[in-house]
Amino acid sequence: MIRLLRGVHVLSLWLLLAAAIVPTFVSAQPAAPTPTPPAPLAGEQQQRYDTMINQLRCLVCQNQTIADSSAPLALDLRDQVHRQIADGRSDDEIRDYLTHRYGDFVLYKPRLAARTLALWIGPFALLAIALIAAVLFMRRSSARQPATPGVADAERIRRLLQEQEGSD
Amino acid sequence: MLRFAIPVVVLLGLLALLGIGLRLDPREVPSPLIGKMAPAFDLPNLDGSARITPLDLQGRPVLVNFFASWCAGCQVEHPVLMKLAREYGVEIVGIDYKDTREAAEQWLARHGNPYRIIVADALGQAGLDWGVYGVPETFVLSADGRVVYKQIGPMTDAAWRDKIAPLLAQGSASR
Repeated sequence: MIRLLRGVHVLSLWLLLAAAIVPTFVSAQPAAPTPTPPAPLAGEQQQRYDTMINQLRCLVCQNQTIADSSAPLALDLRDQVHRQIADGRSDDEIRDYLTHRYGDFVLYKPRLAARTLALWIGPFALLAIALIAAVLFMRRSSARQPATPGVADAERIRRLLQEQEGSD
Repeated sequence: MLRFAIPVVVLLGLLALLGIGLRLDPREVPSPLIGKMAPAFDLPNLDGSARITPLDLQGRPVLVNFFASWCAGCQVEHPVLMKLAREYGVEIVGIDYKDTREAAEQWLARHGNPYRIIVADALGQAGLDWGVYGVPETFVLSADGRVVYKQIGPMTDAAWRDKIAPLLAQGSASR
């Protein structure tokens, strides 16, 4: 019981600390009016929202999804996704909305299109080239060296072995 | 001879690719808006006396500069914008992004006002529609209202000289 209380105590200390630190980062964008928060989403819509924000890139902190990032832009984009899902837009429509503004870079999984073909096919093409090169190389080197020793070699080996047995 | 030439050629090719990769700036995401009409907006100007739409920006080439009083990079580029407006007579339209009228007016009083028109985008909706992901960003619009160039980050003398001035010269010559 005491340990539990102490745990709560430590937690509240951390919360206080967080409350003291966080506003200094957020204050970069002050005072501007914020839009009214959108209505909560229903179960299936919430799922789509969760999936979607994990597949969209935050353009400010480029290695984070908009779900992970706390940058103001990520906040705005999450808000957009939320509103548009609530308005009954499909996932594709929302992705179109975002790519028209930010380009394909906003999608963590770019769509298969003419301009993203190199991205999708490139690694497999390189792998195929490497495999073909490897096969050709191995064939050539095995053609150059016969697998079994020639008759002259076999004769020499036998002689060497006999010499060794004699010396033992 | 060929046995040695192939790996060398492959290595040089790889080095060239890596060299190009190192020179690219991953923070500069090319705008999909280039060549398209400027995205629509219908917002008040800073003092709230009029409403501005992209139609108000047509008929002559303009720079559209997203800025804010809270933005550090905007202070960095501000002297360049002042020079463009005063010395070269460039028309710059400011879009005050996620800011308040008071803060923006104070900021402009302190640093000078290079803008012919200032649009108040308090909620950042225009910023979203223009694909702004970090102020300052500056768009170059041709006289017919198309986006011809986007400068990501602070405006610099070099960007003006090498990229934007030639575009504006082209635009006014073809008119």
